[in-house]
Amino acid sequence: MDWQALFLTLRLAGLTTAILLVIAIPLSALIVLGRGRWLAGLEALAALPLVLPPTVLGFFLLVLLGPRTAFGRGIIALTGHPLAFSFSGLVVGSVIYSLPFAVQPIVAGFAAVDTRLVDAARLLGANSPRVVLTLLAPLARRSVVAAAVLTFLHTVGEFGVVLMLGGDIPGATRTLSIVLYDQVESFDYAAANRTAALLLGLSLLALVVFYSTTSARSARRA
Amino acid sequence: MLEFSLDARRGSFHLQLDSTFAAPWTVIFGHSGAGKSTFLRLLAGLDRLHTGSARVVHQGRVLTDTASNLWLPPGRRQTALVAQQPTLFPHLSVHSNVAYGLAHLDRETRNQRMNEMLQLVGAMDLINRPTSSLSGGESQRIALARALAPGPELLLLDEPFSALDGASADTLLARLHGWARARGIQTIQATHDATDAFITDAEVMLLHEGKIAAQGSAADVLVAERARLLSWLEPDSPAPRRDNL
Repeated sequence: MDWQALFLTLRLAGLTTAILLVIAIPLSALIVLGRGRWLAGLEALAALPLVLPPTVLGFFLLVLLGPRTAFGRGIIALTGHPLAFSFSGLVVGSVIYSLPFAVQPIVAGFAAVDTRLVDAARLLGANSPRVVLTLLAPLARRSVVAAAVLTFLHTVGEFGVVLMLGGDIPGATRTLSIVLYDQVESFDYAAANRTAALLLGLSLLALVVFYSTTSARSARRA
Repeated sequence: MLEFSLDARRGSFHLQLDSTFAAPWTVIFGHSGAGKSTFLRLLAGLDRLHTGSARVVHQGRVLTDTASNLWLPPGRRQTALVAQQPTLFPHLSVHSNVAYGLAHLDRETRNQRMNEMLQLVGAMDLINRPTSSLSGGESQRIALARALAPGPELLLLDEPFSALDGASADTLLARLHGWARARGIQTIQATHDATDAFITDAEVMLLHEGKIAAQGSAADVLVAERARLLSWLEPDSPAPRRDNL
């Protein structure tokens, strides 16, 4: 068992989930509460990674974060190293790739909150951040939890973006799905079986925990 | 004093109002679909016009002026709106609901204000109850207390006593009327119950299909309604019910 890859995968998934919740909650609130046609463009942009082949996204990020672009050179100047083929680069790629898995459930949850409650809060002087923190997020907490679970699992199973952007560097970018790929490439099916079973178990465990929580079950009954 | 000039379209509905409310208490009387709620929402700043025109000035302060692209957000209008359907925050207790608009106050002042509001609406005994356990009438009382707590200068009531029985509604209305008058809070009450206008001795605006049909004292504007109310008192009439008036 490649424990290093397991911990790296869990670290990547945990970090991606935390970052995405911070990004997705205000972004979803903007999509739901905002007005203007440009919001349709923003929503489409947030959903784009859902339909984009992971290798395409990985390739674009590889080029963007590399020394060929001004943006990439700026990052190198700031951090002292390119983001491509590093753990930090993987986090950036994962955040972008999993964005729709965080945004879509939260948008659905926020949109289901009665608009009259939002009106009441606004009349009582609540600004948008307060409306989100005291009203939308608590009332749509099941959607927020669903978004976190989906994001985590999606990142755990990520392959295309990881391979394109991070390559296969042990301890830095080699995640469980890369390990599995390597094991199959070298015809080590016994090891591949164990890795695949671990990925399957991880996914199943997270979903069982999610669906067994009272809130999730009551949401399905509602 | 509240001055307003509104020209708003929603599909086939056209709201066209241009007038001034000088009385401390004004009742907007009209049947369902007359435009009462739309009018109150525009005054509260909950709906923002992108076509048409609107100008709302309260006590000399411009709240909305589409000509100069001015629109104060609802929370900065010092305006409270209590709707027919009480919209209490379901995940918060009664205490937290009433305190929601008082976040800027220190704890002592906040508690003092909350107690004052709960006493006004006759709901002191509900303070520790979860909102899910409240009846419709209790929810309306708490929604009213919550809206009044921040100390609005303009109070908009959109049939907020509909879930209360006749006697309770009349008592609460009379108490609220006295409270608002003592503090100089101008109140606009939308209703389809003519008795509210007589109880509060209000100026009345009769609304019909988005237009002002009449404006003046209750005795002048609601002549027909008054006659209908009196007819209930005839010996041969069936017992009156508040919701039938």
